[in-house]
Amino acid sequence: MINQVYRLVSPRQFEVTYQDFSLKSDMIVVRPTHLSICNADQRYYTGSRGKEAMAKKLPMALIHEGIGKVVYDPKGEFANGTKVVMVPNDPTEEDPFIAENYLRSSRFRSSGYDGFMQDYVFLNRDRLVEIPENMNPFVAAFTELITIAMHSITRFESRSHVRRNTFGVWGDGNLGFIMSLILKKKYPESKVISFGKTQYKLDRFSFVDETYLIDDIPESVKIDHAFECVGGLGSQYAINQSIDLIVPEGSISILGVSEYPVEINTRMVLEKGITMIGSSRSGRADFQNTVNLYKEFPDIVDYFSTLIGEVQTVTSIQSIIEAFEKDLTASWGKTIMEWKI
Amino acid sequence: MIYAEILAGGKGTRMGNVSMPKQFLPLNDKPIIIHTIEKFLLNDQFEKIIIASPREWINYTNDIINKFIDKRDRLVVIEGGEDRNGTIMNGIKYVEDTFGLFHDDIIVTHDSVRPFITHRIIEENIQYGLEFGAVDTVISAIDTIVESEDGESISNIPVRDFMYQGQTPQTFNMKMLKEHYYSLSSEQKAILSDACKICVLKGEKVKLVTGEVFNIKITTPYDLKVANAIIQESINHD
Repeated sequence: MINQVYRLVSPRQFEVTYQDFSLKSDMIVVRPTHLSICNADQRYYTGSRGKEAMAKKLPMALIHEGIGKVVYDPKGEFANGTKVVMVPNDPTEEDPFIAENYLRSSRFRSSGYDGFMQDYVFLNRDRLVEIPENMNPFVAAFTELITIAMHSITRFESRSHVRRNTFGVWGDGNLGFIMSLILKKKYPESKVISFGKTQYKLDRFSFVDETYLIDDIPESVKIDHAFECVGGLGSQYAINQSIDLIVPEGSISILGVSEYPVEINTRMVLEKGITMIGSSRSGRADFQNTVNLYKEFPDIVDYFSTLIGEVQTVTSIQSIIEAFEKDLTASWGKTIMEWKI
Repeated sequence: MIYAEILAGGKGTRMGNVSMPKQFLPLNDKPIIIHTIEKFLLNDQFEKIIIASPREWINYTNDIINKFIDKRDRLVVIEGGEDRNGTIMNGIKYVEDTFGLFHDDIIVTHDSVRPFITHRIIEENIQYGLEFGAVDTVISAIDTIVESEDGESISNIPVRDFMYQGQTPQTFNMKMLKEHYYSLSSEQKAILSDACKICVLKGEKVKLVTGEVFNIKITTPYDLKVANAIIQESINHD
């Protein structure tokens, strides 16, 4: 079968390419239905990844957040029409100590290997997880982003001490919102404090115990554990501020991606005996945990639905560009493409 | 019910001196028609996908389907007709004999030698086929269309903005098409080689679905070269 793959070939320019796939294989075929744009996609789209990375990784289909429906399963385990979330991480080996998303041999979609912007996506059997049939598809579309928070919480739980009276979450964007919300759901007895730069964004964090602007934090504020969801140059300030506010022996989970190295106050990291936990991407288990979370806390999906920003129906390359351009100008929320190309 | 019919009735005289009809020629090591069938198989709205083949090539068609496709329960190979419309009518007759013909039944007909079809084009054919009863897939005319009645000089140059190039699929309400087709005289049948034209002449509204420039029909050796080249180009980029 000739599959259309919509690839970014240079900044702001997509082209359709064609790949021959066979249905006579073990792969499950999924028709994407709702795709969500991530900042990482935007860095390729706008060309801000830098010349070297662009030259090395393009042409490439973008998008690693998305859902679809199964249209062909050679073994018949998934009925046609089953709604699934697609797992963008694709491991090529197993390791008893290293999780699949940290193996250097793993491939990751929309980062050197084609993402979900295709007519059909061919997936290995364990690279999809069924989602509830009646779930809001626009929320389900950005499940991958939610798995990032879930994954880091799993790592935090296995690496930090168990006094968890107060959590501090830095970042008032989508990930900060998701992280704060999941912490509050999982630890209803704990205090969750969100720190951000923009008041109108923090105003959306109605479910947390306290919110503070980062330049206006009372001296009395102390936290047991921190989660950095800022990224970019701002992550430097966020990490150092959390070092200042943390109670000794606490942990700081770092989730924000920065293009450049950031400076950290290591003296205080040493003096306080802080555990720094790096966290990147997610694996299949995190997708399963996230779907379980949707089932356990149905109201959490409604909270997530407030993150739905622009919705763009995509039927042509021109409408793909419109979706990416709209997303660039949006101040809040996720841009979802209804994939009808 | 929604049915598909892959039209492979022709013997492809334009492909030159080759040993078999063009739909069986290899495109990246797989017969063209298999690529086309696979794309239809991925749409679960089709109750049955009917493949109409010249009588003497039915066995061959079945053999290559068995070779390349594991799940073939929704596929059936039937004999094509004298011409394009006759082939479509054979498809409708198969449905009528096997499942019965009902008011809302539609058939999405597609050239077996257009393997670059997309999910969207099929979906929109189904959607509008159910809504309007007749659908044609077209792209805006790229070149200026020149009309010449004698083949010697121009008789007319139509306004390009109103001109489109027909592709496939073409989708029809089967009862409607059958009724109109059998109301034609045999002279009319000989002239009306396009099923959409029958609908237009009978006053039916035919809805347009936007095709794709790359939804090409592989009919000449040149087309086959182009088709192989664009697939190879993508492979080399990986």
